[in-house]
Amino acid sequence: MNVRLADIAHARSGDKGDTANVGVIALRPEWYPVLEQYLTRERVAEHFHDVITGDVERYELPNLKALNFLLHGALDGGGTLSLKTDAQGKVYSTALLRLVLEVPDAEAASLHMPGAPSTPAFRRSLRE
Amino acid sequence: MSRTNKESGDRVVRVASGQGFWGDWLEAPRRQVEGGDVDYLMLDYLAEVTMSILQKQKERDPNLGYARDFVGAIESVLPAVAKRGVRVVANAGGVNPPACAAAIRDVARKHGVSDAVRVGVVTGDDLLPRLDELIATGHELANMDTGEPLSTVRDRVLSANAYIGSVPIVEALSKGANVVITGRSTDTALTMAPLRHEFGWAADDWDRLAAGIIAGHIIECGAQCSGGNCLYDWKNVPDLANVGYPIVEGHVDGSFVISKHPGTGGRISVQSVTEQLVYEMGDPRSYITPDVIADFTSIHLEPAGEDRVRVFGIKGRPATDKLKVSIAYRAGFKAVGTLVYSWPEALDKAHVADRVLRERLANLGLTFEHVLTEFVGASATHGPLVADPDDPPEVQLRIGVRGSNKASIERFTREIAPLVLNGPPSVTGFAGGRPKVEEIVAYWPALIDKKVVQTRVEVLS
Repeated sequence: MNVRLADIAHARSGDKGDTANVGVIALRPEWYPVLEQYLTRERVAEHFHDVITGDVERYELPNLKALNFLLHGALDGGGTLSLKTDAQGKVYSTALLRLVLEVPDAEAASLHMPGAPSTPAFRRSLRE
Repeated sequence: MSRTNKESGDRVVRVASGQGFWGDWLEAPRRQVEGGDVDYLMLDYLAEVTMSILQKQKERDPNLGYARDFVGAIESVLPAVAKRGVRVVANAGGVNPPACAAAIRDVARKHGVSDAVRVGVVTGDDLLPRLDELIATGHELANMDTGEPLSTVRDRVLSANAYIGSVPIVEALSKGANVVITGRSTDTALTMAPLRHEFGWAADDWDRLAAGIIAGHIIECGAQCSGGNCLYDWKNVPDLANVGYPIVEGHVDGSFVISKHPGTGGRISVQSVTEQLVYEMGDPRSYITPDVIADFTSIHLEPAGEDRVRVFGIKGRPATDKLKVSIAYRAGFKAVGTLVYSWPEALDKAHVADRVLRERLANLGLTFEHVLTEFVGASATHGPLVADPDDPPEVQLRIGVRGSNKASIERFTREIAPLVLNGPPSVTGFAGGRPKVEEIVAYWPALIDKKVVQTRVEVLS
């Protein structure tokens, strides 16, 4: 089943130089293991492939039911050098929440996860 | 005026956050001291490049170089400080803590409470006067991100300040200061120091020091942990117009509760606190500060009543022998111009305007280190993750240029307005006039041996 991250997690992002960090937090504690298993470093790097110029790092915080991603080369130089509207990476949080995870049907159903809606933006993300 | 719970004998120290950055809500400090009991008011004014802005101000006038909003903030909380024993800790001193202290003493005199306001001043973080000596004695101050030595930009450095920790603030409080002004102390030390002072935590009490740091991290951005900028259930966060700024209710064992004054808006929940905890996080196991390394994977949160979250179980490790240094240097110029294109085919019009503008810049022979075009309303914030919108009512074209040649940037700013008459149609939104050229002051993070930075504390009475 396709599950949109925005429906199972919330997030906040910030900056450190040219790196944006995104903390992703499970909306329900029982959904955290799904994040840990399927929201891999590779999956997030693929999501941001055309958006950032550097690597992605992932850290786990099971105590907070959260993952922390560092997105390097995300801010057009960062800080005052950046020409971007989002020079401080404030909305990389919601950019990550656009990601759609493929969760096995049985697992998604047993955890009562909502299925992804079929919006144009969503259909595009399926083609990625 | 800390309260003691008679049954448990557990004393509570309340540290209130009244400012999350220079420019935050002017009402917040006063609301924090008037809305209920607090022992300390913590005000954070400094972001990474704030020091360089302040350095420029100090160069123009040696009596400036500090966060001037702080003077108004103190004025708004003066009765609480002078009569009720609330103590204030702020990094408002910027690059000129003594001048900031003088301004605060003037305000106290004006209101006839000079005797009741004892200003503690922490200095020693400013490394700018010592920079050449430091480089000559082998302190490379290499950029933590790129590895380049500072010598490559030395002639363009505007400010250099070591991030200092809780020790000098604790010393100022111990000497009786009730308004403590620092330069570039860490945001988190402003909260940890009062807790450490009140509870007498030792310099190697790593777990409790780490707890104080995490308390500081949670409240250092003001309302960002109490319902502001909170994505979780954002539509139901009540009464943001009267948002309550957060308060740490600290206990001697290092555990604490995040709360806010009764009757205020916003919301404090496990979710709102978690969002703030992950803000600007790097490796969660190693949150490095001058006092201690805090481990964010040890934090436990639990609901503790309405708008109350208890935080406990925090672990810390010994600090490193380095301090981080915040260096700002001149790094060229930039300008950003915008125009708004309207339906129909707004996005297509904006794209054509972008192409026309770039062709003209090329024909003029202007070169830039970087040109960035964004289409606000279509793809500015989420870029290629989003499909183009289906014929939106309007799109803002936003073009930025950056480079070392100021004349080229100036010329760019003259090329935006003509597009209103000689570019694609249905264009508006140029009332703001020609874009302004800004000098870029960039941030250079470095490390330095702790032992070369000596802080000094003076309490003025």
